[in-house]
Amino acid sequence: MTTTPLSLRVFEAEARIYRRTWRSSVFSSFLSPILYLLAMGLGLGALIDANLPDGLDGVRYLEFLAPGLLVATAMQTGAGEGSWKVMAGIKWQQTWKARIATPIGTRGLLQGHMLWSSFRVLMVSVIFAIVITAFRVGPVLESLLAVGPALLVGIAMASLTTAFTTHLEEPTGLPLYFRFVVIPMFLFSGAFFPIEELPNWTQPIAFVMPMYHGVEMARGIVLGLEPAVAPWVSIAYLTALTVIGMALAMRPMRKRLTP
Amino acid sequence: MSHLAGNVCRMGDILIRGNALEKKFGDFVAVDRIDFEVHEGESFGFLGPNGAGKTSTMRMIGAVSPITSGSLSVLGLDPTTDGPRLRSRLGVVPQENNLDEELTVEDNLLMYGRYFDLDRATIRERIDELLDFVQLEDKRDSRVSALSGGMKRRAVIARGLINDPDVYILDEPTTGLDPQARHVLWDRLYRLKQRGVTLIITTHYMDEAEQLCDRLVVMDKGAIVAEGSPKALIETYTPKDVVELRFAVGVLEEVAPQIEELSDRSEILADRALVYTDDAEKTIHTVGQRGLEPETVLARRSTLEDVFLRLTGRSLIE
Repeated sequence: MTTTPLSLRVFEAEARIYRRTWRSSVFSSFLSPILYLLAMGLGLGALIDANLPDGLDGVRYLEFLAPGLLVATAMQTGAGEGSWKVMAGIKWQQTWKARIATPIGTRGLLQGHMLWSSFRVLMVSVIFAIVITAFRVGPVLESLLAVGPALLVGIAMASLTTAFTTHLEEPTGLPLYFRFVVIPMFLFSGAFFPIEELPNWTQPIAFVMPMYHGVEMARGIVLGLEPAVAPWVSIAYLTALTVIGMALAMRPMRKRLTP
Repeated sequence: MSHLAGNVCRMGDILIRGNALEKKFGDFVAVDRIDFEVHEGESFGFLGPNGAGKTSTMRMIGAVSPITSGSLSVLGLDPTTDGPRLRSRLGVVPQENNLDEELTVEDNLLMYGRYFDLDRATIRERIDELLDFVQLEDKRDSRVSALSGGMKRRAVIARGLINDPDVYILDEPTTGLDPQARHVLWDRLYRLKQRGVTLIITTHYMDEAEQLCDRLVVMDKGAIVAEGSPKALIETYTPKDVVELRFAVGVLEEVAPQIEELSDRSEILADRALVYTDDAEKTIHTVGQRGLEPETVLARRSTLEDVFLRLTGRSLIE
């Protein structure tokens, strides 16, 4: 008899939960990035385009912005999956405690959680890429290919955020995390303007941010540009962050779920 | 309901055995080298106040908490190395109702069954049976968040049985429920016991232990202080009757010496005095003879509460 891998059993449970609760995530997942695209891409974009006859990176602002927002959306989705949901599972509803009392165990639970988070990032990224192509602000194939870097960023963020959340005793750290990590990363990773516009000393900070690597790769694919960082470096970096995040989450999860 | 796949097991075989089982959190000793055995088909209780080490013991048995030292064998498996295999054969009712509040009762059970990799047809069949068993058939499609505390508890009871467990572990199954909800639950657990399911129950309610447990250990500060059937424990540790005397405010302290002369053993509590006796009528008569004028007099049978008081000098619920 074949057995279903533990992580897939968790994935299935998450899918069942999502089927009941997806409505509450529609705004943050899909509507909010589209509003950004409209407000900044069209509104602000008109002003910018008027001042830059050659465009940004040779294109209209909306086209410059679209791949960046795709990655930003993936990044935020990953952070969302790794934060409130983890806190609820461990502390508020303690549903993760119910799971580890079954054959699932801590490792299977973490892997399943990451598998589901990755799927959520994929789902949000694909839909956003379709929206971009529907708005005709990017070539179809390239926009869909840009889902790849977005996915890597989202997964890395889900992993790192999960590690952070599992270390928190109280949920008060989460709003701070969003205020001082997620939002600055959202704004200063080159999605809205080239980071070269910022003072020189800030450039290394951008380089550390996972989202920056995704934005460079996605924009590179969509606009046919050479990314500032070699893609293999970015891919290796984002993969390493994912692995490190999961490794860091294991110990506090064991400590809290199976003390 | 219970079956032991692959094991040749006679009724009454030992399913769980702990030897010098210890659990420490840092320097704090939660479970202090306890020895116990649970037999197949038995309903076994851990009775003790909060912080006695009951839950820690249960979590070690449930393979969700590593043992510090000693040995523990559950269904012939070692919880340390065989965790997943062991957990697949256990049913667990934790202290908290950790159901998924946003899902329906049915979805909760279905999801839980899938954690055990049961196929959907089997799970659906069991859900029908179990919802009928815990009398939640009409709440099948209700969200958990809309249920009362008693109903949630019954849903957790049903969930814990979805994998047809060989051992069913319940951590304080009725704590926080109103009396009516408790009696419904006791009735359900009693039926399980009659079907031969091996039950392990922790409780700080002596009436619960007396109702449900064939045998129990009394725990205090991480150690086992007594062991036996509820009846045997009462017979061993306390005379068969208790006379409870309540006095007007301030009088109890004055008459305490006289009360202590009434019997070999008495307890002066904050609000009343307990006089242990083999003949309640005679003791009450003596109370009158000696000119004691309690406001109320109540004669009752000794309970596990009295056993606990005797063993530890403290009440179970403080």
